[in-house]
This record gives sequence, structure tokens and C-alpha cells, in this order.
Amino acid sequence: MSKHYAQDVGQVVTTRTSFIDDIINLARKSSIFYLLFGLACCGIELMQTGGPRADIDRFGSVPRATPRQSDLMIVAGTLTYKMAERCKLLYEQMAEPKYVISMGSCASCGGLFQLAYSVIKGVDKIVPVDIYVPGCPPRPEALTEGLLRVQDKIVRERWFAGRREIGQKKPGLGIDYKVSA
Amino acid sequence: MTPEEIQRALAEKFGEAVGALQPANKDPWVEVKPASLREVCAFLKADPELRFDCLMNLSALDYPKKNQIHVVYHLYSYEKRHTFILKALLDRAAPAVPSLEPVWKSADWLEREQFDLMGVQFEGHPDLRRILLPDDWIGNPLRKDYKEETHYHQMSTTRESPLDGFVRLDELKKRAAAASAEAAAEKKDLPS
Repeated sequence: MSKHYAQDVGQVVTTRTSFIDDIINLARKSSIFYLLFGLACCGIELMQTGGPRADIDRFGSVPRATPRQSDLMIVAGTLTYKMAERCKLLYEQMAEPKYVISMGSCASCGGLFQLAYSVIKGVDKIVPVDIYVPGCPPRPEALTEGLLRVQDKIVRERWFAGRREIGQKKPGLGIDYKVSA
Repeated sequence: MTPEEIQRALAEKFGEAVGALQPANKDPWVEVKPASLREVCAFLKADPELRFDCLMNLSALDYPKKNQIHVVYHLYSYEKRHTFILKALLDRAAPAVPSLEPVWKSADWLEREQFDLMGVQFEGHPDLRRILLPDDWIGNPLRKDYKEETHYHQMSTTRESPLDGFVRLDELKKRAAAASAEAAAEKKDLPS
């Protein structure tokens, strides 16, 4: 049984050294606790997503009321400069590894309020964003899709298997593999 | 009471300090000199015929061409069921008006909002500081000549154009085809 993972640009895994990664990632992707961080109307859809109809609890994702217990921050709504500083603080309080979903147009680029003096033009100006979910606001199905994309990202991460980088091509050998970590 | 009757009652009591009733499309209003604003409002609240017990709204308007800032007071009486509108016309360079917080407690936050966004000074306000924007914000954003800063606390306030670096899909396909052709040519060159 052999799989190949292209986790980052310029890196491929050529050998399988450990099943531990798969087991760890299965546990991690099935327990993405998200930070309750609703800022505007997207927050209502966020609550709906956690509700009985969309029910992202079936993917093991439950809301937490503190960043210390959260793996995922869903920035749901219009972010003002005043709130952006708090948002950054919350992100820094989360334990690694952590992921960010930018939910809706406002969080992604300022959206409807991008010309306003008080709204930051996208949460990616202050924290790194993994997944952007478009919509105004996105439906619960869209946010569920965003969560599944975070899961995809998680299962591709390696913790024990060695990473190999593609190096300079050499005539005669084809590809020179360099072990990086 | 109708606005005409209210204006007449005010003009009788305060004379010059209260202007004539300005007809507007919907709501007629009356200019009040800032110096006597608090006495006028105390009278409007206390008079048994008027009984304006509610300050519905307090807003401000910026007129750069007239070099004026207007502070608008919407009054309502729950008892008598009538409304009235006052305006204070202020100098744009240094807008200052007496605070109505001693008359109506609801003026507290409404005046702080106008201080925050329009830069109107309310003299005698017990706690005049910004209410919506951060305390270290520079400028008053609802002034017509407000210019946005390029950064706030190292956060950029400009949005990059989403079309920067935009490449058409057929162009991408063309590039991919060229790259794969090049790779195939290189592969041919390598000894097997």
C-alpha cells in the first residue's frame, strides 16, 4: 500500500515510512473544534451550520467558547479595525496547529463594506487564512464544504514521514532527491 | 400642538434666540442660537403645554461649502404626541454647542457619537470621548473632507485590485502546453 502526497509546492513524499501520520491525522481531522467567533450576519449562518439541519457535529466539529481549546477559527462576518486587533489576539491564543476559515465576502475582502473607513479589507491582512468560503452570507452547506477542505488539508500533513524536496535536475540521474526534514 | 404653535410659543419666550420656522418638504425646523440652546430645551421639556420628554435623535450634518455644521435635535412628547425639530448652526472650524445631557440623559451617548464621527464639541458633557471608533483614531470620518489613513496600527487600509496578476484561462492552458512540450523535449535528450 503506497500513497504519494504532494503537500507543499516543490515537495513530494516518495516513500511511506509511517502509518502514525494517518492515525494522528484521522484523529485530528475528526475533532476540529472551532472557535465561536460570529461577527455579523455570517454568525447566524455559522450557528445554523452547528444546528441540527446542517449539523457539522457529524464531522466531529463542535464549537468551543475559548481559543485555548480551538483548532479552527471561523471568522464569520464584517471585521472592523477595532475588532481586527481582538481577532489577531484570539488567533495568537490558539494552540498550534491552527486553521482559519474566512467566511463570507466581508471577511475575505471587506465585501459590501470595503469602501468604509472602519472595515479591514480582508482578514488575511492580519492572520493567515487557509480556506476562503465565498457568499454573502454563505449557506451552511458552503461552510460545511469549507470544513471538509480543512480536513483535506489536515490529512495531507506529515508529522513522521520524511519530506523530500525536488532539487536540481542532473543529466543521467533525472531527479536529485534531497531530504529536508 | 402644531410646529407653528410651538415656534410661536418659543419666539414669545426667547425672542431673538429662536429663528423662524423653516418650511421643509416634510419636517419644518427651527434654528436655535447655541448660546441659549440649553434654556430653550429645558423650557421645551418643562412647559406643561409642550412636555418634550424624549430626545428621539441627535445627529449632525456637514456643509463644507457653507462652512457650517448643523446639529439636529428631534424631539418627541409621549404625553402630548407631538414632535419638533431644532437645529444649531455651528462654525465648521470649531463646532461647539452646549451639551443637553443635563436635560435629557439620552443625549449622553448621542452626543458622544457626534463628537466621535463629526468632531462637534459638546460643552459641559460629563464624559466626552469616542464611543464607536478606537480611542487613538485620527480624524472624524463623517466630515466630507475626511481622508482615510494608509495604515491603522500596521494594518493596511487599501484593498489590492483582484485583477492584479490575472491571467486568462486559455493563456494558462497555452503556457501549460508549452511547458509540457519543453519537458518532453528535455526528456528526449536525457540518456535512458
